[in-house]
Amino acid sequence: MNAHSHREESFFRKYIWSTDHKIIGLQYGLTALLFLSVGFFLMMVMRWQLAYPETPIPFVGSFFGEDGILLPEIYNSLGAMHGTIMIFLGVVPLAVGAFGNYLVPLQIGAPDMAFPKLNAASYWSYFIGGVIMMGSFFSEEGAARSGWTSYPPLADIEVGQTIWLIGMVFLITSSLLGSMNIITTIVQLRAPGLTWRRLPFFVWTQLVTSFLLVLAFPPLEAAAVLQLMDRVAGTSFFLPSGLVISGEALAVSGGGSPLLWQHLFWFLAHPEVYVLILPAMGIVSEVIANNTRKPLWGYNSLVFSVIFLGFMSFVVWAHHMFLTGMGTAMSSFFQITTMIISIPSVIILSALFISLWGASIRFNTPMLFALAFLPMFGIGGLTGLPLGIAASDIYLHDTYYVIGHFHYVVAPGTIFALFAGIYYWYPKITGRRMNERLGQLHFWPSLLFMNGVFMPMFIQGLAGVSRRLWDGGLEYAHAAGVLQWNEFMSISAWLLGISQIPFIINIFFSLKRGEKVDRNPWEATTLEWVAPSPPLPHINFETLPEVHREAYEYSVPGRNRDFTPQTEPKKG
Amino acid sequence: MEIPYIVDERPDTGIYNAKLGIWLFLASEVMLFGGLFSSYVFLRLGAPVGAFHEWGQELNIPLATLNTLILISSSMTMVMSWVSLKMNDFKKFKLYMALTLLCALCFLVIKYLEYSAKIHHHIYPSTNTFYAIYFTLTGLHGLHIIGGMVVLFYLWVPGSNMWKIKPEQFTNRIEIVGLYWHFVDLVWIFLFPILYLL
Repeated sequence: MNAHSHREESFFRKYIWSTDHKIIGLQYGLTALLFLSVGFFLMMVMRWQLAYPETPIPFVGSFFGEDGILLPEIYNSLGAMHGTIMIFLGVVPLAVGAFGNYLVPLQIGAPDMAFPKLNAASYWSYFIGGVIMMGSFFSEEGAARSGWTSYPPLADIEVGQTIWLIGMVFLITSSLLGSMNIITTIVQLRAPGLTWRRLPFFVWTQLVTSFLLVLAFPPLEAAAVLQLMDRVAGTSFFLPSGLVISGEALAVSGGGSPLLWQHLFWFLAHPEVYVLILPAMGIVSEVIANNTRKPLWGYNSLVFSVIFLGFMSFVVWAHHMFLTGMGTAMSSFFQITTMIISIPSVIILSALFISLWGASIRFNTPMLFALAFLPMFGIGGLTGLPLGIAASDIYLHDTYYVIGHFHYVVAPGTIFALFAGIYYWYPKITGRRMNERLGQLHFWPSLLFMNGVFMPMFIQGLAGVSRRLWDGGLEYAHAAGVLQWNEFMSISAWLLGISQIPFIINIFFSLKRGEKVDRNPWEATTLEWVAPSPPLPHINFETLPEVHREAYEYSVPGRNRDFTPQTEPKKG
Repeated sequence: MEIPYIVDERPDTGIYNAKLGIWLFLASEVMLFGGLFSSYVFLRLGAPVGAFHEWGQELNIPLATLNTLILISSSMTMVMSWVSLKMNDFKKFKLYMALTLLCALCFLVIKYLEYSAKIHHHIYPSTNTFYAIYFTLTGLHGLHIIGGMVVLFYLWVPGSNMWKIKPEQFTNRIEIVGLYWHFVDLVWIFLFPILYLL
């Protein structure tokens, strides 16, 4: 430890404009958790309207309409903002901003990120973007109401969209700064001896994720600029000639194309799906390796799969557009690439399943969440295949089946993995373990109600119920047979909300009362467990760690312990 | 424990941190302008045959050619300022930096003249899709020039004190901003033919 680290910092420097990757990671984490609960709250309100159409909402109804009944246009706002908040303000900042920031430097044995000031700028840009998005609810026009996908022409003419676009510019900037930082950190700041093959799998997933963010987000920024021009400067990038709205011809030059937006948007938004899932796979891998007390099965296949996934995610985007009439040749191409990209996902999932084989598994809370991730993500992934084939997608497109599919990937998939990560690394951050009983009380109901919310969506979707309907499909005869599920799903959703209370209590309770632990409570091998808990401000480690072995040397025959830290020198 | 490789190159990767950072940033910029160039192609293919060429006739090719030359010269002077630092000649660095900034300023003035001529003839972004993409692309490029000028100016006067304390790191900074500046120049090299000549 040198004299530098003893310098006293003011409260502002230490916790607000901090350049320490750990503080920034926590800032990201807490803000993202807050936004996740806001997004969850919006969904709970929507689910009331779907379960009991046009009845006043209890408790909070006065915010959403004069007599407490949710107005259709506000329902649309809630839908668009639920998606925006969950993806851009919740899950990505938590998975990349929080976990990436906190853990990547620790796992590679670095004192900090490569660019600490950019790191702080990244968080504050995210914060401003979040404030703008939340502020849009209280603006005169209200929040965006054209869906999180913002398809024109609707998004070009509907109110509220301008603020959304400006908010997005800040969020994109934040992601770009953050991801450039993570890549540079991983490439440049690895500790001596930490070769690429010794890198923990979590770091690999963060590396690929960051490349996706660097390369996929700018086209969305381009698209946002064009849509902003359409709205502010009267251009017609996305407005075709002869567009008639409410019986009146629109006074623009025309000549643009709504399809252009869809191409630019999905060029981002498909890689974005992998941004949501890859860090989750990384977290789950760490937790599984540790709690099975075995090396991950097929480390090399995992790494190559995740790199291949990254590449392929750039050539599948138009499978979101089978219904746009772009032609069978295009559809065939994207259908084939979509089938190909499912292969590495299956390899990763299989490798994680095989890792469980013959292990003496420790069933603690992080491991339960990680174990639940596997089948839940499996359901999400496999139900995606019919959507990737043009013929079946024509039937399923824009139904509740789609909603069920991607929520299985993100909610009991990614979010369960993030929970696993929080329980797993909490002792590193605070020096105390989270309460196991409360953890179990959080896990089991969550698993149950998660499926209660999303499983019936497949039933409704297969019956042809469209998404984005304010009344949940009351006006359609074909939906009549499956609408009784709406109440079931809504009650599950509210109970799911209640099931999160033990988690929130646990976070605060364990801060003061949790079991005190030393630096390596899980007996893990990777570098972050060499640092003190919590790691030292600004420098993390007392001395620069040196790496002598691969990431997961668990239960090596002939050794006296069932784990060998990466820093332990080889004999002889 | 300081963050390593701020100034020195990491032996196995062969670069210092900021150089990797700027290349990643430029990669994202390529994707940004790539998205806009693709939009140009998309709109051009969707327009009636020959319409983009016809609409583009209003543009002033001699002025744009002059601007191209100015921007290429500024890239030259940018390299020279970096080389001057490498050769330990701080005065020459100051001179070439000033010339680079001057070129950038000339570019913006000419761009302003072009814009005002268009507006004078009642040509706006809303006129047709060609001018929509013309104003968007050149406007965004102009913003990049302005952003670059702010950084160049900072390194020219207030930030140049660093030369006395950490000469190597300062030289690296000039190299980094130079890479950015060449990229902005390169974008214009693409913009000029597709907007003015095709």
